[in-house]
Amino acid sequence: MYDFTEEELQRYSRHILLKDVGVEGQEKINNAKVLVIGAGGLGSPVILYLAAAGIGHIGIIDGDVVDLSNLQRQIIHTTKDVNYSKALSAKEKVNAINPHVKVTVYQDFLRAENAMDIIKDYDFVVDGTDNFPVKFLINDACVKAGKPFSHGGILRFEGQTFTYVPGHSCYRCIFNAPPPKDSVPTCSQAGVLGAIAGMLGTIQAAETLKYFTGVGELLTDKLLIFNAKTMDFRKISVKRREKCPVCGENPTITELIDYEQAACDLQNH
Amino acid sequence: MAKIIVNDNSQEVTLPLTVNGLISLNGVEQPDMVSVQINGEFIERENFSTTEIKDGDTVDFLYFMGGGR
Ligand SMILES: [Zn+2]
Repeated sequence: MYDFTEEELQRYSRHILLKDVGVEGQEKINNAKVLVIGAGGLGSPVILYLAAAGIGHIGIIDGDVVDLSNLQRQIIHTTKDVNYSKALSAKEKVNAINPHVKVTVYQDFLRAENAMDIIKDYDFVVDGTDNFPVKFLINDACVKAGKPFSHGGILRFEGQTFTYVPGHSCYRCIFNAPPPKDSVPTCSQAGVLGAIAGMLGTIQAAETLKYFTGVGELLTDKLLIFNAKTMDFRKISVKRREKCPVCGENPTITELIDYEQAACDLQNH
Repeated sequence: MAKIIVNDNSQEVTLPLTVNGLISLNGVEQPDMVSVQINGEFIERENFSTTEIKDGDTVDFLYFMGGGR
């Protein structure tokens, strides 16, 4: 049982007022441990909302420092944070928003060698990364560890997300393997409208909170795709694939893989 | 003429037509990187050249989106 103080009851009152959440739901949020991989465009809104919501323990992994060109969309960082560790910058904002949240910082990148060890301490993982090698690594590690995760990808004016829950379709069910290196333009070449990161990141944060509170239906076996130019949202039902190399009947991927840095988009439709 | 639905839009096509044929008909730039679902089932890439589109099929082309930071 989580013992709420007067201050906490007031802080979380708008959650507690929700019939579907209530004190019980807030208690689940406060007991939750979430790992956010990448404190960038997607990670910023995810971390901010999870901190505000009172997630008990947030892990933040990012080995990068803040660059001036990040500030257009990575809203957890400020101008004075330029050249400062993204993970530490994010931690400071979490502490300022909600001192009840325990934060663990990893000034590192997720790799095949450290992935399982880092992921094992958390109940839910959020993908806020910008490249295919890590997106596939997160998928494979979470499938192997039996951890749910929220996948997120953004490009130009578009975003795509789904929520993996063990036993359901994974990223490799949809996309078998990373695109070949240099086959597609890089993120920095392609560009992205800053607010798209917020649109997708807040969906990921909402999915995380839904997962812990059990409210509603997750984006499980569903790929949500939106285009901000038209504000068209599509939810495509996807099915677990028998021949999936990681969650299928005869998995061929038995060890985690560090793919070479690939580029970040394939979109032409 | 057969009526099919591609990414939520209806389309009229002439049969016979394979998945590969539909991909080129839709001008997909990098066909070796698109994922294809027909009526909610993924089509394995090695079957793109042999799987036939049927009247009334619902087809989804899914594309990689790798940004995030
Ligand atoms: Zn799978």
